[in-house]
Amino acid sequence: MEKLKLATIWLDGCSGCHMSFLDIDERLLALSDRVELVFSPLVDTKDFPEDVDITLVEGALGTEEDLQKIRKIRERTKLLVAFGDCAVTANIPSMRNPFGREEVLKSLYVESDALNPQIPVQSLPELLPHALPLHHYVHVDVFLPGCPPAADTIYQVLSELIEGRIPDVNPLTRFGA
Amino acid sequence: MMTPGTAVKTFTMDGKPFSATEEETILDVARENGIDIPTLCHLEGILPTGQCRLCMVEIQGSGRLVPACATKPEEGMDIITDNPRLRNYRKMIVELLFSERNHICAVCVSNGHCELQSVAQRLGVNHVRFAYLHPRFMLDGSHPKYEVDHNRCILCGRCVRVCEEIEGAHTRDLRNRGIRTMVITDFDTPWGESPTCTGCGKCVHVCPTGALAEKGKSVAEMAKRRHFLPYLAMRRRGGK
Repeated sequence: MEKLKLATIWLDGCSGCHMSFLDIDERLLALSDRVELVFSPLVDTKDFPEDVDITLVEGALGTEEDLQKIRKIRERTKLLVAFGDCAVTANIPSMRNPFGREEVLKSLYVESDALNPQIPVQSLPELLPHALPLHHYVHVDVFLPGCPPAADTIYQVLSELIEGRIPDVNPLTRFGA
Repeated sequence: MMTPGTAVKTFTMDGKPFSATEEETILDVARENGIDIPTLCHLEGILPTGQCRLCMVEIQGSGRLVPACATKPEEGMDIITDNPRLRNYRKMIVELLFSERNHICAVCVSNGHCELQSVAQRLGVNHVRFAYLHPRFMLDGSHPKYEVDHNRCILCGRCVRVCEEIEGAHTRDLRNRGIRTMVITDFDTPWGESPTCTGCGKCVHVCPTGALAEKGKSVAEMAKRRHFLPYLAMRRRGGK
C-alpha cells in the first residue's frame, strides 16, 4: 500500500497543537505505517513539497509570510485541515486585533523597551493589520477546533482522513477544548 | 396543576398533537414533551423576551418565524421546531454572536462552562463564516467582588432582567441599539460606584458566558450556579 503524504506546519501559533499531536504517543507508529511525514517542524525539509495529501496547519495568519505560505500550501495540498483554535478562529493571536497593528508594535517595542526602543523592520515579515483564521484567505476542508485539540481527537480525525473519510468533528471537540 | 375552567388550546408540533394552557409558551410545551429547542437568552425564573432569536420556530401557513420562548400557541397552530431553514438561521445567529465581539475561549474564565460554547458545538458551529469585527471594549473591574468583560457579552439581557425582576434593584440596563448595544450599570457609570447595586451576584450567575464573573477566577474556573432562580421567582410570586 502506498503511503499518503502528510505535512504539518505552524504559523501564528504556539506549537501546542503540535505537542498534542505528539501526545498521540505509540499510536504515531500505527500512523507511520499509513503516512509519510513529508514536511513538518519535526522533520528537516526546507521546501513545502508538491502533491501533499493532508496538511495540518496550526496557527492563525499573522504576517505577510504566513499568507505566502498558506497560499502555497493550499495549491499543493489535497486536504487542508485548520488545526486548532488559532487556525480556526485566530484565537489568542487575534487578541491584538482590536488595538491595531501600529499601536501594538509601539506598545511592545517602543514604550516597553527603555534600552533600545525601536520597531524591528529588518529581516522580519510584515505584520498583517489583523491576525485572521485560515478560511478567511483560503479554502479549508476540515475544521478541528480545540486549544489544543486532544491527542485522541487528533488521532481519530487523522485516522478517518487517512481512510478517505471526512469525520464529523463536532462530537469530539469544541472551541477552547 | 390546571385550575378548573382554564381554556386549553390544541395544536400540533412537528406533526404531533399537543395541548397548552393560556399561560404556556411554545417553548414550555416543547420542553415538557422532550422537544429540544436551543435557547440562549431564556432562563426559567425570569420573563422571556425573545432577545437572542435562537428558539425561532416556523408556523405553517405563515412565512414568519416566531420565538418559541415568547409566543403562546394558538388553537389549530401547526408548528415546526426543526428543519434545514431553522438550523441554518440558528447557526448564523451563533456565528454572528462570535463575530460581533471578541470571544477567545482558550483564555476565558468560563471556558467549558459557557452556554455560547455549548450551543455552538450542539449546532455544529466549528468555524465562523462571517468577518470578525474586532471591536474594542474596556473591562470594568471597579466592583470589589465582580468584573464585567464586554468582549464576552452576547446581549442576552439575563443580567438586566434578574436585577430588575428578582433582586429589584434594576442596576443594569441596555444602552444604544443593534451591535452597538452595551449593558450598562445605572447611568453608564463604573460598576463599583453604583449606588443601586446590592452586590448580590445574581447577574453574574445568570450570565451565559464569561462576560460577568467573580474576581479571582482563572481560565475555566467560573462555573455558574443558577439553582436559586426558579425558587426565588416562585417566592416573588408569593408561592410557598
